[in-house]
Amino acid sequence: MSTPDAGLLVALVGNPNTGKSTLFNALTGLRQRVGNYPGVTVARKSGTCDLGDGQKVELVDLPGLYSLAAASPDEQVVIDALSGNIAGDRRPDAVVLVVDSTNLLRNLFLASQVAELGRPVVIVLNQADVAKEQGLRIDTELLSRRLGGVPVVMSSAWKGEGILDVRRAIASAVANQTPMKRVAWPTNIAAALTDVATAAAADTGKPVTEAEGQRLLFDTNPSTADRLGWTLAQRDKTLRSARDRVRNSGYNPMAAEPLVHYAHLRIVLEGVVTEGAGKAGRSAAVDRLLLHRFLGPVLFLGIMLGFFGSVFWLAKFPMEWIQFGVDALKGVVAPQLEAYPMLQSLLADGIIGGVGAFLVFLPQILILFLFIGILEDSGYMARAAFIMDRLFSWCGLNGKSFVPLLSGFACAIPSLLSTRTIEDPKARLATAFVVPFMSCSARFPIYALMCAAFIGPLYGPGWQSVVMIGMHCVGLFFAVPTAFVLTRLVLKVKPHPFVLELPRYQMPKPRDVLWRMWQNAAEFVSKAGTVIFAITIIVWALSYFPRDASVAERIKASNPTAAEEVVKAKVQAAYVEQSYMGRFGKAVQPIFDPLGFDWKITVGVLASFPAREVIVSTLGVTYSVGEGAKADGQHLRKAMQDAKWSEGPRAGAPIFSLAAVLALMVFFALCSQCGPTIATLAQETGGWKWAAGSFVYMTALAWLAGTAVYQVVIRLT
Amino acid sequence: MTPLSQLLPGQFGKLASLNPERGVDQRLMALGLLPGMVLKLIRRAPLGDPLAIEFGGQVVSLRLAEAENLIVDVSADCPIQRPRQP
Ligand SMILES: Nc1nc2c(ncn2[C@@H]2O[C@H](COP(=O)(O)OP(=O)(O)O)[C@@H](O)[C@H]2O)c(=O)[nH]1
Ligand SMILES: [Mg+2]
Repeated sequence: MSTPDAGLLVALVGNPNTGKSTLFNALTGLRQRVGNYPGVTVARKSGTCDLGDGQKVELVDLPGLYSLAAASPDEQVVIDALSGNIAGDRRPDAVVLVVDSTNLLRNLFLASQVAELGRPVVIVLNQADVAKEQGLRIDTELLSRRLGGVPVVMSSAWKGEGILDVRRAIASAVANQTPMKRVAWPTNIAAALTDVATAAAADTGKPVTEAEGQRLLFDTNPSTADRLGWTLAQRDKTLRSARDRVRNSGYNPMAAEPLVHYAHLRIVLEGVVTEGAGKAGRSAAVDRLLLHRFLGPVLFLGIMLGFFGSVFWLAKFPMEWIQFGVDALKGVVAPQLEAYPMLQSLLADGIIGGVGAFLVFLPQILILFLFIGILEDSGYMARAAFIMDRLFSWCGLNGKSFVPLLSGFACAIPSLLSTRTIEDPKARLATAFVVPFMSCSARFPIYALMCAAFIGPLYGPGWQSVVMIGMHCVGLFFAVPTAFVLTRLVLKVKPHPFVLELPRYQMPKPRDVLWRMWQNAAEFVSKAGTVIFAITIIVWALSYFPRDASVAERIKASNPTAAEEVVKAKVQAAYVEQSYMGRFGKAVQPIFDPLGFDWKITVGVLASFPAREVIVSTLGVTYSVGEGAKADGQHLRKAMQDAKWSEGPRAGAPIFSLAAVLALMVFFALCSQCGPTIATLAQETGGWKWAAGSFVYMTALAWLAGTAVYQVVIRLT
Repeated sequence: MTPLSQLLPGQFGKLASLNPERGVDQRLMALGLLPGMVLKLIRRAPLGDPLAIEFGGQVVSLRLAEAENLIVDVSADCPIQRPRQP
């Protein structure tokens, strides 16, 4: 990715949660671009930053990381970006290291590793407000001198304090090109590093930098060797003897790098920080309550139920307004186009209906993003992962899978985006793969319709609730074994240790949370919106064409006395029956016969693949009660209760037997019927392979489970 | 010398050795969990696993399986609170 103005490029690097993104926003304002690094699912966020003197540079916000020892795709991207190894991207002209002022030692470890790359560096000691509150005084001049004269500035990014100093420091780093002081490697390690770099260069015929030599010697992960094309056969002997050399000098080769850097940094930091009077953090006290053995889980449940319960409650009203607006718009547009029935249907049913069906979920999605943002910024997200990890670790997921899975009960899309916080690539993929199994709110209308029309009247409200709750558990029931099989048998990757920092608690800043919510939602609408829009038009066309006027005339002629409304609904049903969708539904009905679906349900199922919630309105059309059908509508319920098989071995029996009703609900609980989810899954897993796999797997599973339910229940009843 | 996994909540220890070849996470070392570092086991998660430990001014959670690979010296010259009797 290159930018039109191929000017200077500056990268923001630092540990997670130090305030990189906040600083990035403060430095670039609203002039940001979000792209993707080629081949990986890591977002490349860049913007233009004014250096205070009119000079402009491009700034990129890289993912947070603790070390350059590449363990995850995010970390690999940072290493590649800093070394200029990303195709089409420039090597940064300066690196801004964002540091948490309250923990200089640990944060400067990464800085010290970055120094090995030889790029000009700026050190930003962020969260200066917290350091001050804790009574920490930092001698930035001394630190700057100790680090070889690189600029060291303090900032409080979220208050906008010190931003101008950061701009000036970048300008001076770019102008002076001062490198940061590097560690002095003990003689034997230095010699081992030289050996490795020389051998790699000789074997591959490529230049190998010192920093690459360090990655080759110190990392267990072979990604650097792979990129250089240094094969195992070639490197094995060299690395072995180089590591022996390190070991003989008294260092464990796998720990030598952090040991040397930390020893160096302890000397660098000598006398830099003085502790004065200040308030100690209250996080420990809060944790005593929130992570308490008994109270912790209770409070956890309360917080989660409170948050996610209110997603539904809060979203209900805006959803009703949107629905009302969409219906009203249809009501205004449709009569205007009475003379052009095709255009009328395209606009009213296709475009307005389709976009409306999508917009209705926007409030839920926004509120979910908001809550996830609050959980993250407050520091509770890490605690939730800590509490829940044990429940997830046995099936290869981890504590961080919990919130995405829970949010999945509202909507899969924000949940898929929130899997980004899971560092372990395997757990991230497995979590993303099972998120669509969670019973999202778009499944609710079909459960509600079936329960209200059949379970309630036949078995009473008690069973109605049982079935409702049961349907919400069906997906979960299949998700857990799926994750287990996926992580144990399919993704045969070494287990990734689950190491998690429990950051200090902090009051979330409304502006930051809202800004992030807005960014996520905008990304979702632009990406998923276009997909669902296209699919909606296609489904509309398939159920509209062909449309021969003789069909309507025949219906009118055979129902001369019926009321106009009834005739209209019958005409509509007849049109759908002979449309491409209807013909296709009839043709493939035998596939769905084992689940007890007639061709009308089959058409509903087929039309619901882009968005499952359209099943109710489609059943409304195929059962001739008009498409205004609602889950609580009397007409549709009555029409379905009266529907009988007209031919075949089941002739005369009701179509909606208990078996078929349950099979239909189970089918919808498991089937992959959501275009945006598939699109998001493809985006988050870096290709269509997993998205296609998810679609085939879920749909096949839905069919099998639906068949099993129908065949068992029909024999029992 | 005991594995970190056997410390009691509130107990301090000094990291004696780690066994990086046996899979101690490079991330723990990057966070500064290196031999000689004094750490404190703060608590276990409600279900017993993972553990929360404090060292170098930060609180980090790690699983029992990883904690078993970390050998700590509880008698070293570091402040030791009386362990609660089990
Ligand atoms: N107290 C304080 N908090 C900050 C400051 N800058 C950022 N934060 C907060 O730190 C958290 C992490 O910030 P973020 O920019 O997402 O960090 P990143 O992970 O490094 O990109 C957020 O809750 C921010 O609101 C600061 O200067 N002072
Ligand atoms: Mg960030």
